Amino acid sequence: MDSSTLFGISTFAYFVAMAIYVSYIAFRKNGVAVTATAVTVFGFLCQTGALLLRWMDSFNIWAASAPSTTFIESLLRGAPLRNMYESMVFFVWCIVFIYLIMEFKYKNRSLGAFVMPVAALALAFIDVSGMSTEIQPLIPALQSNWLLFHVFLSFIGYAAFGVSFAAAVAYIAMATDSKGEKAYIFWSIAVGVFLIVLIAMGIDYLSMSSSAQGDYLRSYFLKASFLSSSGIVVIFSWIISAVFILALWRYGHGLRKVLESLSITKIMLEDIEYKSIAIGFPLFTIGGLIMGAIWANSAWGTYWSWDPKETWSLITWFIYAGYLHARFVGGWRGKKVSVLALIGFIGVVFTYLGVNLFLSGLHSYGGQ
Amino acid sequence: MENKEKVNIFDGIWAFFASVKLAIVLLFLLAVTSIIGTVVPQESPKAIQFLGRVFGDNTAPAVYNIFLKLDFMDMYHSWWFVTLLVLFCVNLTVCSLEKIPRTWKLVKTPVKPMAKNVLETLPVKKEITLKTSLDIARDEFLNAFRASKYDVKEAAEEDGTQLYSEKGGYSRLGVYVVHLSILLIFVGAIIGARFGYDGSLNLREGGGSDVVYSRSGEPIPLGFTIGCNWYKTDYYKGSDTPQEFSSELVILENGKEVLKKVIEVNNPLTYKGITFYQSSYGIVPDAVGIFVLKVSANGGAEKTMRLQQGESFEIPGLKIKGTIMDFSPALGRDPQSGALTTYSDSLVNPAVSIRFDIEGSDGFTGWILKRYPETGIIKDAGLKVEFLDYWGVEYTGLQVSKDPGVIIIYIASIVMVLGLYVAFFLSHKKLWIRIAPAGKGSVKVNIGGSASKNRLSLERQAEHILAGAAAAIEGRLKKI
Repeated sequence: MDSSTLFGISTFAYFVAMAIYVSYIAFRKNGVAVTATAVTVFGFLCQTGALLLRWMDSFNIWAASAPSTTFIESLLRGAPLRNMYESMVFFVWCIVFIYLIMEFKYKNRSLGAFVMPVAALALAFIDVSGMSTEIQPLIPALQSNWLLFHVFLSFIGYAAFGVSFAAAVAYIAMATDSKGEKAYIFWSIAVGVFLIVLIAMGIDYLSMSSSAQGDYLRSYFLKASFLSSSGIVVIFSWIISAVFILALWRYGHGLRKVLESLSITKIMLEDIEYKSIAIGFPLFTIGGLIMGAIWANSAWGTYWSWDPKETWSLITWFIYAGYLHARFVGGWRGKKVSVLALIGFIGVVFTYLGVNLFLSGLHSYGGQ
Repeated sequence: MENKEKVNIFDGIWAFFASVKLAIVLLFLLAVTSIIGTVVPQESPKAIQFLGRVFGDNTAPAVYNIFLKLDFMDMYHSWWFVTLLVLFCVNLTVCSLEKIPRTWKLVKTPVKPMAKNVLETLPVKKEITLKTSLDIARDEFLNAFRASKYDVKEAAEEDGTQLYSEKGGYSRLGVYVVHLSILLIFVGAIIGARFGYDGSLNLREGGGSDVVYSRSGEPIPLGFTIGCNWYKTDYYKGSDTPQEFSSELVILENGKEVLKKVIEVNNPLTYKGITFYQSSYGIVPDAVGIFVLKVSANGGAEKTMRLQQGESFEIPGLKIKGTIMDFSPALGRDPQSGALTTYSDSLVNPAVSIRFDIEGSDGFTGWILKRYPETGIIKDAGLKVEFLDYWGVEYTGLQVSKDPGVIIIYIASIVMVLGLYVAFFLSHKKLWIRIAPAGKGSVKVNIGGSASKNRLSLERQAEHILAGAAAAIEGRLKKI
């Protein structure tokens, strides 16, 4: 069996798990929940296997092209973390991994109904976006022992921040008493924009011609809605978005009742939100910033060059540092600090995807 | 009176910098302003293009002037951004100095016995009633407590005894270690900016230089000579994707070679604190190169020759004369016509055309490709010609930097990793175990505890101590 078959199976398993988790929320049968977990674990194992197989493949390709490198070096060079496709697959792997730990720790399976759609949709998105899934030759700049550690730790950090974002979204929905609250208004806009961009990307996919899937992210991104050549479509997109955000604001806190009925508590969400950041922050600092700086120093001759990727990592770091200080020393709690968790993840998304899409710089291989 | 006023101003400034609110505001400002430099290109020509595109050609010049005043084209070194960073440092220092004594007290104040009613309100609490005597229970809980690596203290109470201890108090200092590492990074950056430089240097194959050039084009003397023996690009087999860029560099002191190293991307050369990085390459315009060929006949001895275009060479042992006719930096076939063509100016697929004149028969002409050595094997004539290099036309682009602050950055990195580990993954744990008689030959044990982080792990530890002691007490009962 090859790695792409296993990837296919794991994507399918995540979709099935998502459906089972959702039906668990509807029917509350314990057996259903156990099945959902079992399918998730199965999908996770398949994905792990697929990652290892891909690693083996690129290890072999590297070893063949550079016979003089040692086994360990070839192993590091072969790590499947070198382009957008591989990093997104790994990101999903991290999300599912962290989710399974949380399910085990908090003994609450209903969260799966919220996490698994993210994993399944992300994998489906990779499929439809037409990103290159081929094992590409490693360009000279990436031939470093730091590649594995730098990218690995950064992505565990990203995934942990992603979990804190989800928890913060749920927390603010649960903790809101009146629609006039600033935190709730911000919540509506932030969640609204996230969903609108996702939906717009879905429309991009549906509207683009199947023959031209090549470089989706750069040439199609939002071209079917906000960046359309037709003025009417653009105006229509903005109006629909405004209506969508208003609707989210009007009905969004209905989510509270759903969450309450799932025996999800505010305390639990706040705990998840904080703990994910407490794990993500040091890993991101060490893997993303420190190791990145050391690598940059040995490859580019300077440990910090204010490259857009570096700067956005630092911006993200500032936001989460602000979160931790606000919470620990400033005594901020609840919604106020959860808003910072939302902003932090916006920083993460921009660091990971936005920089590659909109800005150019030394890290441009991430966009291929 | 005047004196007091001064003190108040000083206190006021101190209080201003000691506030966490300022820290949060500064973090926010740094985050928001940093965005500017990722959107506005940090180079004037590119910024002008960018502004023209965004604001239109009419308003762009006015915006450009404002941006110029605010240093937006070099914002990370602008006076206002540097001011923000300095304020951030001062804030960090003052806040830490303000808080360290309190934290130190918290670390140094020994844990005290806990009143029963308070003990029952702690975040971690366990309770058990055991059929045993007070003395046995005390001994076994003391053993189990110690087995979890606590330095246990004991306090006798009116109706029983209390065992208590703490661990990991120093973890509360981790955050200050992280703060210190950030200050160290600033120190390293300042040293680098003050005593170091960034430069670049293009060296052609066979060339050398005593200076490098700063960004503004000024020469900076090295104090030694750097030379380049050769530059080459390696490609992945069968494709034009580069696998590695490398150059052989030599260091000369007073004309004598003292160091030689092949550098690659990710593998620079450092000499006397100055580091040379492989950063680019190119072709020297109008340069005439030298063909380096390795020739052997009938599997015999190999001979390396260095020739120019038009020159001829004799092949040892065979009555064949070779003449270099033509050169292509990138020989390929036109996909439509199938004819040979040169598809690039860089040396992507160098090929040399050689005419072979054979005594007593017709000669022939053929292309020999550097990346495909099999093209140089001419079986009929028992001849092998390897095209090793077209030397002398390429230059290697070196990024040169001297940064005495880097060592401090590295130290700061290590300090930060340690600090982060202590601050986020270790916890200050306190545990109290209260043992009191509960009548009818049994005792009641209350365990209470608190942790600065990771309460769950303390919970497990408490359970472990309790289970260990209970099992030992049961074991004693069986022996009797």
